[in-house]
Amino acid sequence: MQPWQDDIYDALTEAGVRQIAFVPDAGHKRLIERCLEDPKMRAISLTTEEEGIALLGGAWLGGDKGALLMQSSGVGNCINMLSLTKTCQFPLVMLVTMRGEWGEFNTWQVPMGRTTQEHLELCGVACYRCDEPEPVADTVRTAMRFAYYTNSAVAILLGQRLIGAKIFEEGEAAR
Amino acid sequence: MTASEKLNRREVVKSLLSNRGETLVVSGLGQPAYDAFAAGDDPRNFYLWGAMGGAASMGLGLAVAQPERRVVVLTGDGELLMGLGSLAAVGAEKAGNLAIVVLDNERYGETGQQKTHTGRGTDLAAVAMAVGFRTALTVADEADLPEAIRIAREGEGPVMVVIKVSEAPAGMALPPKDGAYLKMRFREAVLGDRTPG
Repeated sequence: MQPWQDDIYDALTEAGVRQIAFVPDAGHKRLIERCLEDPKMRAISLTTEEEGIALLGGAWLGGDKGALLMQSSGVGNCINMLSLTKTCQFPLVMLVTMRGEWGEFNTWQVPMGRTTQEHLELCGVACYRCDEPEPVADTVRTAMRFAYYTNSAVAILLGQRLIGAKIFEEGEAAR
Repeated sequence: MTASEKLNRREVVKSLLSNRGETLVVSGLGQPAYDAFAAGDDPRNFYLWGAMGGAASMGLGLAVAQPERRVVVLTGDGELLMGLGSLAAVGAEKAGNLAIVVLDNERYGETGQQKTHTGRGTDLAAVAMAVGFRTALTVADEADLPEAIRIAREGEGPVMVVIKVSEAPAGMALPPKDGAYLKMRFREAVLGDRTPG
């Protein structure tokens, strides 16, 4: 079985997604690399996540499908910009790797990670969730179809159990 | 210099958008949107009424999607300052068809004319050059305006043209604010037969 990150890449490719907006993230590392290597895609690195919401709105105006890759902490940065998506009924696909939940070590990731889905839902973003690799391909395809057929915003939350908790040095964890 | 000698934003934008051809416009919230509308409504204008800080990013996504057309982001100094980091992506992506035109009145005009940072030392054109724009300039005089407009319309992008304008309120000229309508008519005008969504 191929890695789940490749399942996401295949789903994006099949859907004809062209612009990939991303903020560097360990969970998305492989996917980002594959998108950067793909001459049919334009992978655009952002300095903060809300830029991606606006960027993909512009992409859609010009006829390009897009996807936004981020970590759960970045969802908080997007809140006001999501009013653009909602008001204009732009389709939006967010792929969110989760922190602050399964096996988290860093206290600072917890406040946003524990409330990511609630924040997104309050902003009108439909959430799908994967905690195991098997359903990833189908979930991403289904969520993208929903976004593009109904001009809706969707987020696929990729659980920390799926990604694997970030490992720190033992001495570091004890502090 | 007195306020009456400073450039009038409505006149500047009217010149910028006259005989615009296939140019696509994204306007930042507040006066820049009113300026674009006052110069002549067009389905290829996308007027933001919110999303402050997002205009440059939106222009970048549009410029990447439509590389054969000129994309002009028309925005204010306050709006751009909120998304200053987004200029780094614009600089890095080197979109040759993208121009950002800043109508810089050094004020937050919608909220009571508070001074912005451009009136306190921030040089937006210098920022643009520092993050990799191909051209960036600031103009304040009528005599320099034709060349600045030529660069905004034709210069190899990414381009930033900062135009210092009078802080005198230009009045209301309210464009449509139904976002879904603005999106639909823009896509129909630009994409033709491609299914609007």
